[in-house]
Amino acid sequence: MELKSRRKERLDRGINVRTTGIYAVSSWREIAYLVLPRLILIVGLLILPLVLPSMYWQRVICITCIFALLALAFDFLAAYVGIICLGGALFVGVGGYIAGVSNALLGLPPALTIPIATLGGALICTLLLLPCLPLRGIYFAIISLMYPLVLPRIIEALDLFGGTEGIAALTTFPNIWVDQYLIIVVVLIALFALRRLANEDMGLVLHGIKDNDQAVRASGMSITWYKAQAVFIGALIGCFAGAYLSHLYGWVGISLFGLDFSILPIAAFVLGGPGTLVGPVLGAFILTPLSEVLRAFGPLRIVFYALILVGFIVFKPEGLMNYFQRKYHQFEHWIEV
Amino acid sequence: MSKETILIVSGISKSFGGVKAVDNVSFKLARGEIIGIIGPNGSGKTTLINLITGFVKKDSGKVFFKDRNITKLPPHKIADLGITRTFQIMRPYYTLPAFKNLIVPLYSPRVRRAVGGRLGDRDAVAIDLLEEVGFERDAYVPYKLASTLPLGYLKRLELSRCLALRPEVIICDEVFSGLSMAEIASMVPLMEKLQMEGITVIMVEHRLRELFRLVNRVMVMNFGEKIAEGVPEKVMKTKEVREAYLGTEGE
Repeated sequence: MELKSRRKERLDRGINVRTTGIYAVSSWREIAYLVLPRLILIVGLLILPLVLPSMYWQRVICITCIFALLALAFDFLAAYVGIICLGGALFVGVGGYIAGVSNALLGLPPALTIPIATLGGALICTLLLLPCLPLRGIYFAIISLMYPLVLPRIIEALDLFGGTEGIAALTTFPNIWVDQYLIIVVVLIALFALRRLANEDMGLVLHGIKDNDQAVRASGMSITWYKAQAVFIGALIGCFAGAYLSHLYGWVGISLFGLDFSILPIAAFVLGGPGTLVGPVLGAFILTPLSEVLRAFGPLRIVFYALILVGFIVFKPEGLMNYFQRKYHQFEHWIEV
Repeated sequence: MSKETILIVSGISKSFGGVKAVDNVSFKLARGEIIGIIGPNGSGKTTLINLITGFVKKDSGKVFFKDRNITKLPPHKIADLGITRTFQIMRPYYTLPAFKNLIVPLYSPRVRRAVGGRLGDRDAVAIDLLEEVGFERDAYVPYKLASTLPLGYLKRLELSRCLALRPEVIICDEVFSGLSMAEIASMVPLMEKLQMEGITVIMVEHRLRELFRLVNRVMVMNFGEKIAEGVPEKVMKTKEVREAYLGTEGE
């Protein structure tokens, strides 16, 4: 019997008239090809709160968006700068506590506490992480994982900011619509801003640091300075999530430093597709509601959750978004060799 | 006409554990000069470069660039002053197209200072630079991903990354190694052109024949020490150099 070997041939579907930076678009079909995926995402996210059945699911969306933001920050740092940052919980904790303290003790409204917590928190987180920035490899991940373990113990031991009780009775947002749309708009802004940044000069330098940091140094640029800027951007996003969370619940406590905030974004990143930015958001929008649905299974919830993750890592390591993008941009068909 | 001295290296040393990688090496460079550093494997040539460019900390000794002490500056500050280097093991930004590789140095503070703000169309500048070092624009070579380029192009990409910085001193770490005779033949005029433009070049090299065509002066290293310096023909005749390359004669 003759053995026939086949392979998949891939052809680009994309628009072939493309010069650097400018799409030469000539027909509605092509405009739709470019704009439609983005439009579906934006419109889809904006009408999501309107179609949800109950208050409960609307709350879930808020939490989902928090994880989406953290996943975005992780993806930006890991895939565009090459920094593995396990400090999602650090960002959330620092941002949350700053918002909580300035709201409860200083009496500032959320319109002020959130910007203060975002900027101030990002600055503090960057300074905390600064010592390990010049190092390459695993050190950054270890240090960023360590802070969220250490800080709550300090708060506990010294009984700072209400100690284990936390600070309660913070100002909450006026209604559920503000809750949802505030964070959804921020997710969209963060997503498109990071995408834009990655294609700018700064993004290229960061990409260079990921590929070969020595060559960037030999080009006369301080890698520590650029990495610090990248971490600051990641921390901005994370600290906003923390500040928002504290006002959403009206409470801050040491559970803000919970490891969930570090680990779940990584799961979303793996599931959604590393390096796509949209992917991790998608991943968060699958995983967080999924974990709510699985609550019905009680203790088995974590088992199902882990199984789904393992399945994805083994069978689709490229992640959902990379897969979808490939299918969207290329024809595939089998040819005989 | 006596030329201005641009780089002075005085008595630099570096030990890794008990091994003296570079031992009390001194030399001077005049502007526009092209000097070769040769020596057997493990004689400390690359370490010497790492010491000058600040990638490795010096144990002792001093380096002056245009009368400024640059001994303790970090690598990016030294590059910012105009001393650039290529790496022996080339690692371009593999996941970027070749011309995008040059956007990083073109964005550096040094270039921005030189042109007074943002450089215009950087993509065009980058492609021009690549064409200068022999990337055929008509064959779309500058647009190819760096990971798909053959070795010869990578070496040139490395060189053009240095040129993009508008350097005063270029230190080439074995740019000829691993290249075919034809590829080397096409790179020699490039190096000659650098000299014409008044750029000072230090070449660390194993390919002696091609090197001797280019350089005014060679420095020979062995076991971290400078054992000879001077015109290539004379240096190769000295006893120490012959022993370093061919081994000591048995008595």
